[in-house]
Amino acid sequence: MQKTTRQLGEQENKNEALDRLQAGTTLQERYLVLGMLGSGGMSSVYKGRDLHFPNVTKLVAIKEMVNLIADQSMYDMVVKNFEREADLLAALSHPAIPTIYDNFTHKNRSYLVMEFIDGDDLEAILDEIDGFIPEERVVTWAIEICDVLSYLHNHKPQPIIFRDIKPSNVMVDHHNHVRLIDFGIARHFQPGEKGTMIGTEGYSPPEQYRGEASPAGDIYALGATMHHLLTRRDPRLEPPFSFTERPIRDINPTVSPELENVINSALAYDPKERFPSAALMKEALISTAKRTGLLSRPSVAAVIAQSDKIEEIWKFECEDEVRGSPLVDNGTVYIGCYDNNIYALDAKTGDFQWKYATEGGIAGKPAVEDGIVFIGSEDNRLYALTANRGGLVWTYYAEGSFHSSPTLADGHVFIGSDDHRLHVVNQATGRRAWRVEANAPIWSTPLVNEERVYFGCESGDFYCYDFKAELKWRKKAKRGVTSSPLLIEDMIYFGSRDWTLYALEAENGYQIWRFRMGGATISTPAFFDGMLYIGCGDNNIYALDARHAREIWRYEADHQVTGSPTVHEGSVYIGSVDGSLYCIDHKTGRLRWRYHTEGPITGTPAVVGNTVYIGSTDHRIYAVLA
Amino acid sequence: MPSLKEYFASIFGRKSAQKPSYAARDQRTWLYPDVHNATQMVVGTGQSVGIERSHNEDALLVLTGQLAGSQPLPDFGLFVVADGMGGHRAGEVASAVSIRTVARMITQDTVIHLLNNDHSMPESPLQDLLREALEEANRAVVEEVPGGGTTLTAAVLLGPQLTIGHVGDTRAYYIRDGKTEILTRDHSLVERLKELGQLTAEEASVHPQRNVLYRAIGQGANLEVDVFTHPLPKGGGHLLICSDGLWGVVPDDKIQRIVNNAPHPQIAAQELITAANIAGGPDNITVILVRFPKD
Repeated sequence: MQKTTRQLGEQENKNEALDRLQAGTTLQERYLVLGMLGSGGMSSVYKGRDLHFPNVTKLVAIKEMVNLIADQSMYDMVVKNFEREADLLAALSHPAIPTIYDNFTHKNRSYLVMEFIDGDDLEAILDEIDGFIPEERVVTWAIEICDVLSYLHNHKPQPIIFRDIKPSNVMVDHHNHVRLIDFGIARHFQPGEKGTMIGTEGYSPPEQYRGEASPAGDIYALGATMHHLLTRRDPRLEPPFSFTERPIRDINPTVSPELENVINSALAYDPKERFPSAALMKEALISTAKRTGLLSRPSVAAVIAQSDKIEEIWKFECEDEVRGSPLVDNGTVYIGCYDNNIYALDAKTGDFQWKYATEGGIAGKPAVEDGIVFIGSEDNRLYALTANRGGLVWTYYAEGSFHSSPTLADGHVFIGSDDHRLHVVNQATGRRAWRVEANAPIWSTPLVNEERVYFGCESGDFYCYDFKAELKWRKKAKRGVTSSPLLIEDMIYFGSRDWTLYALEAENGYQIWRFRMGGATISTPAFFDGMLYIGCGDNNIYALDARHAREIWRYEADHQVTGSPTVHEGSVYIGSVDGSLYCIDHKTGRLRWRYHTEGPITGTPAVVGNTVYIGSTDHRIYAVLA
Repeated sequence: MPSLKEYFASIFGRKSAQKPSYAARDQRTWLYPDVHNATQMVVGTGQSVGIERSHNEDALLVLTGQLAGSQPLPDFGLFVVADGMGGHRAGEVASAVSIRTVARMITQDTVIHLLNNDHSMPESPLQDLLREALEEANRAVVEEVPGGGTTLTAAVLLGPQLTIGHVGDTRAYYIRDGKTEILTRDHSLVERLKELGQLTAEEASVHPQRNVLYRAIGQGANLEVDVFTHPLPKGGGHLLICSDGLWGVVPDDKIQRIVNNAPHPQIAAQELITAANIAGGPDNITVILVRFPKD
């Protein structure tokens, strides 16, 4: 079977150009052809003059259909369809439906003479205007279209389904009133009947492709038409039925949320979820126009719990800001603080177990293995402490502060320092195994996998070294890489202050994709169920499809999101400089709850069981119910 | 004693080509030994005009590279299938022009970079390069082949990652351990209706508009390309790229059986073509089959 696309199909139609009536031709010795108005398929529409009114210029529109069909029964059917359209139109009386004057057939051509409408169709209007059509105009037109649809749908003995609402079939006359033209495929509606499938792809409803035509289909097409008018995005150039993937207000923010809701209801895939009648859609539009918003409240109200409803399990007061991230291990929370201490607290009760005073602030997240806790401090030292009592096992000196967090692998601690070096220290002895130089301070936390270590630095360089301290590859971002790498299925992901989230193939560092955000990021991405999550300085939390960097959703916080997300059982937990800890549905991006602290949150939450742990610059460490 | 006509038919006719005898397979096995345990990627390809069509509008391209030594490179591969459409030979020109354009762009932007002595990397991400290559192919078809269009599915292998650029309904699959996973999403009306739950798979397979695409190269100035990256199948497996002359005719489970049972992808590719022709061969058939080692 021949494969086609719509555009190619249309081109073929154009090639079969028909003999056109020349201006000056007279039909039935009565209608003088003045010129062509348009053509499509087998029919053309001409502007004409009725010569029976010699003293005035009475203009008419003449629709001509040329029957080129060879098969006699098909030929007869086409003529019958045309006559049916004429009968149908002649029986209608509505201000938005052109009056029919005459019809006749001559040889293989059939003609319909009707009221000439002086105006432009909506497609022409859209073409003339550069910007967006104002919402009020679109609503006014839509209300009138609802009116005429309501008239057609309530037609007796049988409802009439227009079946082809689209901008080019809606004329606006000089009094700014709407007229429906081209009833070519309108037909008597018989419930349950399966008909031939005709319709303009792009505006027609999904069920029309199963041969079903119903009033709900006209409502969908009206919604599609309004969507096109308000967004200027032609649905014929987009995947079919993808309106909901192009939210109106994303493209044209001047549109009110109320109107967007009305249109979305009209565009529901399931006909049962649309307005049950054109009259009800009209009502919704009118109330939108009045800005009462009565009928247009979001149907699915976001359930936003207030912070006082979020159950706080405990909180712990420190003597300075908590910027680091908690580690929960074996019933104990370990967390560093800018009061120079690393604290060990009971995870259930928040009871103090021990603290160890370093000589500088602690920015990183501790690591623990075999009963030893490791943490770096701004006092240039890396500490190894006993997990049960906080006793010092060893210290290791660098020539700069530690802001990076320790990573444990193969019996060694991997940690970056402000001295531009990545240090690799034996976990048992505290002696250096090896180190490598970077171009700038390393705040990023190294990632170790299969005898390779990956880390970024503040110059924007990102390195991959093997365990022989040999550089495997290097990638340069345009600004610092404070964000720590994430390795999923042989791909490395990290953010940069150059506003970009990078995806590199882990083996050789080839860049597979990059995603541009609205600001710098120092947040470390998290992965769950094929999606990547990251916070950004533009106040947003982004969720992307990891395979092709497509944004799935974004959630806007009240301030920068410098913290990193943690995903746990379908929720994304992330802190913001606005002081809140957010819990967001990982699939939809809808807020589940937010919990407010008194200062910016810069760390990464830890979630264990049903509890979220987070530190805040309000000097406190919190445990709240997940 | 067969007639002369039958005798010639048995040698040259379609029937003999369609039904691979065991003798024929033995002969091909000699040419294409069992590579189930190969440690390198192995490629097979096949193409046939089919039974019902008079000329071939499909095109395929395979480029692979390997560099071993003290400065080795990751395995590289470019695999492209395009299925042209449009009258007056426009379809075959569109697929040919597109496939050349994509190959030229990827070679310039990626392959040449791999061979630089300074180990520099292309400035743009691979997904962007692939998207640009398909957009360039679109420009070329719009300008040079009026009335022509084509589907195009291009897979770039770079180390352990496979990056795919895709427009139309030429499909890419991973086939492994008795599992067939489709990687691409057809840009066809019926597929869209299926996604929306408006058509069942059975209804879609007989739908009169099942060959209507809503996106193809050569349709207009703006082309939206699907680009995504998949890691290679762990524990080995196959990449199959094929035109609808195969997938629209031969059921998935049969494709899977042929792919898994053949000793060599070249034999599998030929058997897939044969299977489509036995099923009536309503359209051109093009197949690229890549076997990845277990490692």
